Amino acid sequence: MTTATLSTALDQGLEHVEPAAVTADAVKSGTTSVTPPVASPAPRGPSLGERLGGFMRRVIPPFLGLALVLGVWALVAMKSADFPGPGKTFDAAVVLFSDPFYSNGPNDQGIGWNILASLKRVAVGFGVAALVGIPLGFIIGRFAFMNAMLEPIISLLRPVSPLAWLPIGLMVFKAADPASTWTIFICSIWPMILNTAQGVQRVPQDYLNVARVLNLSEFRIITKILFPSVLPYMLTGIRLSIGTAWLVIVAAEMLTGGVGIGFWVWDEWNNLKVEHILIAIFVIGIVGLLLEYLLLLIARRFSYGAN
Amino acid sequence: MNAIVKVENVGMAFETTKGSFVALKDVNLQIRTGEVVSLIGHSGCGKSTLLNLIAGLTLPTSGVMLCNGREIAGPGPERAVVFQNHSLLPWLNCFENVYLAVERVFSARDGKEALRARTNAALEMVHMGHAAQKLPHEISGGMKQRIGIARAFAMEPKILLMDEPFGALDALTRAALQDELIGVMAKTGATVVMVTHDVDEAVLLSDRVVMMTNGPAATIGEILDVKLTKPRDRLQLAHDPHFAECRAAILEFLYQKQMKKAA
Repeated sequence: MTTATLSTALDQGLEHVEPAAVTADAVKSGTTSVTPPVASPAPRGPSLGERLGGFMRRVIPPFLGLALVLGVWALVAMKSADFPGPGKTFDAAVVLFSDPFYSNGPNDQGIGWNILASLKRVAVGFGVAALVGIPLGFIIGRFAFMNAMLEPIISLLRPVSPLAWLPIGLMVFKAADPASTWTIFICSIWPMILNTAQGVQRVPQDYLNVARVLNLSEFRIITKILFPSVLPYMLTGIRLSIGTAWLVIVAAEMLTGGVGIGFWVWDEWNNLKVEHILIAIFVIGIVGLLLEYLLLLIARRFSYGAN
Repeated sequence: MNAIVKVENVGMAFETTKGSFVALKDVNLQIRTGEVVSLIGHSGCGKSTLLNLIAGLTLPTSGVMLCNGREIAGPGPERAVVFQNHSLLPWLNCFENVYLAVERVFSARDGKEALRARTNAALEMVHMGHAAQKLPHEISGGMKQRIGIARAFAMEPKILLMDEPFGALDALTRAALQDELIGVMAKTGATVVMVTHDVDEAVLLSDRVVMMTNGPAATIGEILDVKLTKPRDRLQLAHDPHFAECRAAILEFLYQKQMKKAA
């Protein structure tokens, strides 16, 4: 949700630059021309000052927040011997990102490779979860019997931390890499099942009545009515699960090791490079933000206006 | 008599948590080919229930419903419905919404081109050809209902069922759409059953007005023949003595004989 508010604030902030410039021009030309100044009070919108004020109101609070965090951070770093300040962290980040894709064997790779490795695990686990979860959600939503049968199981399993499933994954796959993918699968499947099922149950009766009056074939009902009507719910499920998946992958990789942003954090802790841990926190945050923003964009494309 | 729909001793009861609720009882009605029938009554009198029964969306608990001599066992495209809230699919544009219906009814005998032509003709008939590529949320409420009407007429149904088609519209838009409907009905000679609670609308559009008693266990109270020549013009009708008579008869039924007790 923070993504949305932040990005819209930025959007609106940027939009406001242009009109302000235009009114500035208008004011200038108005003063140079001979028209009496009394004649044109009506068509002018909010004045330059008001527009600038609006822009400032949108931009200043986020910057203030950021400055506050940096300030507190710098203060804490000054008092503590181990904790690196913003300056030191920034320098380390410059070094780190100057060569993000180096590779010195499996235990020493650039941060770019680590991020990509984590994203790949998330993509695979998440993709398989979508392949299983969405059809399952359709079945649960369409047939009350299946709903009654599977609902208690889902209610029981859903609150379990996906990491509790990690040993099962290690046992079944006998390898670390598929085991962490497996935890991603487990944590992403619940929101997809539940949201898809809810979407199917909430298909408006009016649309189903249209289908009945037209006597549409089952195929047509699925492609023209059920699927488009469930899609927004499905996308919400996908957005929720990608958020959790990105949370869980860090923890899962810390436990399984290998290449990945989660294990990288743990590795840097063992090397006592705290500034790298701080960089990783920012990077994880930014990637999570981007993932959510991407899905929000897709969801907006399929929201069909007010209806 | 050439009756297309026959309703014989039909009763409808709904099972609720408080036991069975009788909505309709002993309803008898015949609808002739080419006539326009309005169902009018206070809210809760079961007029929409009766329309849904004819549509086949619900099945009666007693009695017989016949369409063209065959029992109505479920909904079908020969009994098209115009829903009160238009019920256009929001992810299809206006053309596709109508095309979905046209394709379902005529794809067996028409090619793609003919189907498209039919769809365009239906849109033109309600003067919405310009909005063919627009999505429903991009057009006004009145326009959406025009598309809903176009979709129903495009199916060339044996009988057209309308459930308060203009109920959700403002008075001016409603009048415009009523005039539109008069034109379309004159062109197609369609058989129409329409639910309304607007007295003027009932007299303006129908050949017969079926007045229903208050529920529960509602039934048909009176049937009024509207003997006004067609096509009708709302401005001329305002001074027509028969129009006033019909209006008075309905008002008398609704507000004297079937006065709804204040809740």
